[in-house]
Amino acid sequence: MTYLADVAALTRKDLRVALRARDTLPAMLLFVLSTLVVFHFALPEGTGDDAAYGLLWVAIVFTALLGLARAWVPEQEHAVFDGLVLAPCDRSAIWIGKTLATLAFLLAAQVVALPAFALFFAPLDAVAVVGVLLADIGICAVGSLMAAMAAAGRARELLLPLLMLPLSIPLIVGGVGAAISSEPERYLLLLALYDGIFAVLSWASFEYVVTES
Amino acid sequence: MSSAFAPIRSLPGLAAVAAGLMGGALLLSFFIAPEDADQGISQRIFYIHVPIALTAYFCFGLGAWKALLLLWRGDERYDLESYVAIHQGTIFGSLTLITGAIWAKASWGVWWTWDSNQLVLFLTLFLFYCAYFMLRFSLPEGPRRSRSSAVYALFGVALIPVSFLAIRLAEDFIHPTTFTRDGPQMTGTMFTAFCVSWAAVTLLAYVLYRVELVGKRLHTDLRELREALE
Repeated sequence: MTYLADVAALTRKDLRVALRARDTLPAMLLFVLSTLVVFHFALPEGTGDDAAYGLLWVAIVFTALLGLARAWVPEQEHAVFDGLVLAPCDRSAIWIGKTLATLAFLLAAQVVALPAFALFFAPLDAVAVVGVLLADIGICAVGSLMAAMAAAGRARELLLPLLMLPLSIPLIVGGVGAAISSEPERYLLLLALYDGIFAVLSWASFEYVVTES
Repeated sequence: MSSAFAPIRSLPGLAAVAAGLMGGALLLSFFIAPEDADQGISQRIFYIHVPIALTAYFCFGLGAWKALLLLWRGDERYDLESYVAIHQGTIFGSLTLITGAIWAKASWGVWWTWDSNQLVLFLTLFLFYCAYFMLRFSLPEGPRRSRSSAVYALFGVALIPVSFLAIRLAEDFIHPTTFTRDGPQMTGTMFTAFCVSWAAVTLLAYVLYRVELVGKRLHTDLRELREALE
């Protein structure tokens, strides 16, 4: 039970810091909306809906990367990381807290972005939205671990997309498949499988990434 | 210091065996193995390309295994071994992509095709492990770098089956398969040539791995000696 309480406290901390700084969420929102406008010009007249669904996934992944690149910045700038690592809690709780906070921001951005996409380009059915939700979990779970690795480096903003893009290919396949295939169950299953495997891996390996000795 | 020099003694012998095997493999694949009825001479690149690709996978696997050992046992020596294995993997991976492109151009008429699952999977994994170097060289040297690199190397192994599944599923909405690789069955000599090539390339990779490891360790020892003298 203390583990859950730790996770809740850490998530609250992450959400509060990000909401007070007021930079990540507005940036993600503006970014995803601007990207949709750019798509209007990137998709010539007569390009089918399928192409639009594909581009939606590019927008989702890049918006998530934008949020993830900022995820550990407060910890790095004010040396909060050392305090967190010293705190008497399981270190994987730090990872869960960060994952949940990033997920909350990504979902908030999508609450605006998905209706906007449906309005501008093509309708989204319930299965496609479930696909987006499942992929969000995978992106945030793996992404907050990768961002923690990159945060210690010299070029963290540069590094994160390089680390994340090869890892997000299965998510894009699953998400696009769920949106356009006539048999979307298999794609949802792939996304759930990805979430399961990589969430457990990230949860188990976070401790190694933040330990200094 | 003796620990750094002891393994060097067996290296020239191993290198000579690798060179001999490589020569034998080239001889077998170019002159002894019969010409393929369908593809003609271009099929002979198979004896080089496939062993190199298998060796690249093997190197990535070895790197991930050493990474697991590092996290498990906490011995820093596995960090360098994991790095060197992945480095060799990317070298053989580049060779795989180059020889594969040449073969594809000769037999399919294109340098690259998205129709073959093996190609897409290999490219994904290759890009993933190229990013490994970006991660490693961006972090300051120390335990955090070795652990982060190890965790990343391990993720590659989990990525292989998931990517493979994803790429298989993606076939439905990307392209139907137009090329198949199922040629006639290999004859006895062809199989021998393939096996000798595979052994030669694997041994070559192992020798290169050892040489790089010895070089990197000597470099570290030398730096420590210099620091001790100053």
